[in-house]
Amino acid sequence: MTEVEPSPVASSWTTAVVREVERFGDTYVKLRLDVANRTPHVPGQHYVVRLRAPDGYTAQRSYSIASDPEDPLVELMVECLPRGEVSSFLHDVVEVGDELEVRGPIGRWFVWGGTTPSLCVAGGSGIVPFVSMLRFARRTGTEPLLRIAASAQTRARLPYIDELEEYGAFIALTRENHVQTNGTERVAAHIYPDEIVPLADGIERAYVCGSVGFVSFVGRILGEAGVRSDTVRVEQFGPTS
Amino acid sequence: MAITRGFTGRPRRGGNDRLPPGQYDTGAGWPVLTAELTPQIDVDEWTMTIDGLVDQPTTWDWRGIHALPSDSYFGDIHCVTTWSKFDTTFSGVSLDSLLEVTGVRPEATHVFATSTTGYTTNLPLADITDGKAWIVWDFDGKPLTPEHGGPVRLLVPHLYFWKSAKWITRIELRDHDEQGFWERNGYHDRGDPWLEQRYQGDA
Ligand SMILES: Cc1cc2nc3c(=O)[nH]c(=O)nc-3n(C[C@H](O)[C@H](O)[C@H](O)COP(=O)(O)OP(=O)(O)OC[C@H]3O[C@@H](n4cnc5c(N)ncnc54)[C@H](O)[C@@H]3O)c2cc1C
Repeated sequence: MTEVEPSPVASSWTTAVVREVERFGDTYVKLRLDVANRTPHVPGQHYVVRLRAPDGYTAQRSYSIASDPEDPLVELMVECLPRGEVSSFLHDVVEVGDELEVRGPIGRWFVWGGTTPSLCVAGGSGIVPFVSMLRFARRTGTEPLLRIAASAQTRARLPYIDELEEYGAFIALTRENHVQTNGTERVAAHIYPDEIVPLADGIERAYVCGSVGFVSFVGRILGEAGVRSDTVRVEQFGPTS
Repeated sequence: MAITRGFTGRPRRGGNDRLPPGQYDTGAGWPVLTAELTPQIDVDEWTMTIDGLVDQPTTWDWRGIHALPSDSYFGDIHCVTTWSKFDTTFSGVSLDSLLEVTGVRPEATHVFATSTTGYTTNLPLADITDGKAWIVWDFDGKPLTPEHGGPVRLLVPHLYFWKSAKWITRIELRDHDEQGFWERNGYHDRGDPWLEQRYQGDA
């Protein structure tokens, strides 16, 4: 099988119609969008969403794509941040039938084309690009190449946790105990290097996505597990402290 | 384009002419965005080289670069992910001072900057000369932290910040342009925030 390559040129602004909105408490909202003139994405890429106020003011933010490239709709999963300008609008205001300005897919680096044995490590909403990767892997039968480890404070703060468990992802909750897919209970704690070592065995690339603090924590753990830093691709967001 | 139903945005001061189109003021925050893990670099082992189309390729170490006349930038910075940060102070040396040491051959038109991580970015020579670019190690009077490119980064504040390569180690002068890391991965070749040159294909 050949590696799937992202298109070299970012597409221009287009309109997306919101077809489905699903809210998960006050933490997350899932949006499924029908994007006009859509360019196919490669798992890991993101869209930019631009909001426009009546006085012409605009705000734009990036959101990773969760859907498989063959899904007719583009799925985003947005974490609602208190006082977050764009995320709280997407969470509180957006309804089915609304139109949003979007641009994408963007990013040619943090992508998985289905041929490289890889480990993905996510913190909280950092799981989103990996959901696109795992859906793609399942459809193309390339699951053996893709391992996923995800961390969050609680079940409720890890979107797609059911799908991750079904995939056999390793899950580390830091504020509540968690029963792993093999039936053992893991006591609430951050990821240990010992837990990463078996997942990193035989990989050629590691992807880390999450907050700035999470990414630097995982960077250290991967180093201790013997993963070379030049094989690690990073996507991080949020403030430094 | 159409107005987004129900969106008014955060309260804003009218007519802030310091904010390029599509940017917002991140205030005291300074988000971190990198594609790679942050390296820890020991200043005793740090060096930076300028070579390529220069008369005298030169490598500076930590003491050597600090011996040059110091210079500061005071002003705003803009990231392609839409935050801008006002009134930053960076200190280091002007690239003009470094190029005075190396000399610049007349054929040179572009530079290619490389970081210890292998990150690269391309710039027209005209965008880093005449007081437009610095090599910096202090931010607001304190050593630049590793996640912001410390010990030493390039600073080209009139372009989007991905051009200001963190952990800079080499600047090569060339007679042609060649895309760097983000430019190959979809970002614009020049990156002027006032023209909103964000991605490949933008004017
Ligand atoms: C490549 C990429 C992919 C991404 N993918 C996703 C994704 O899949 N899902 C996702 O949820 N996010 C994702 N993000 C992050 C996303 O782009 C936004 O940064 C995020 O939604 C926050 O935007 P916002 O407008 O809601 O918050 P902003 O308004 O930008 O605020 C940022 C932070 O500052 C705080 N803040 C703002 N104003 C104030 C104030 N006055 N006082 C105190 N605090 C304040 C907010 O609470 C928030 O924590 C991604 C980012 C990148 C770069």
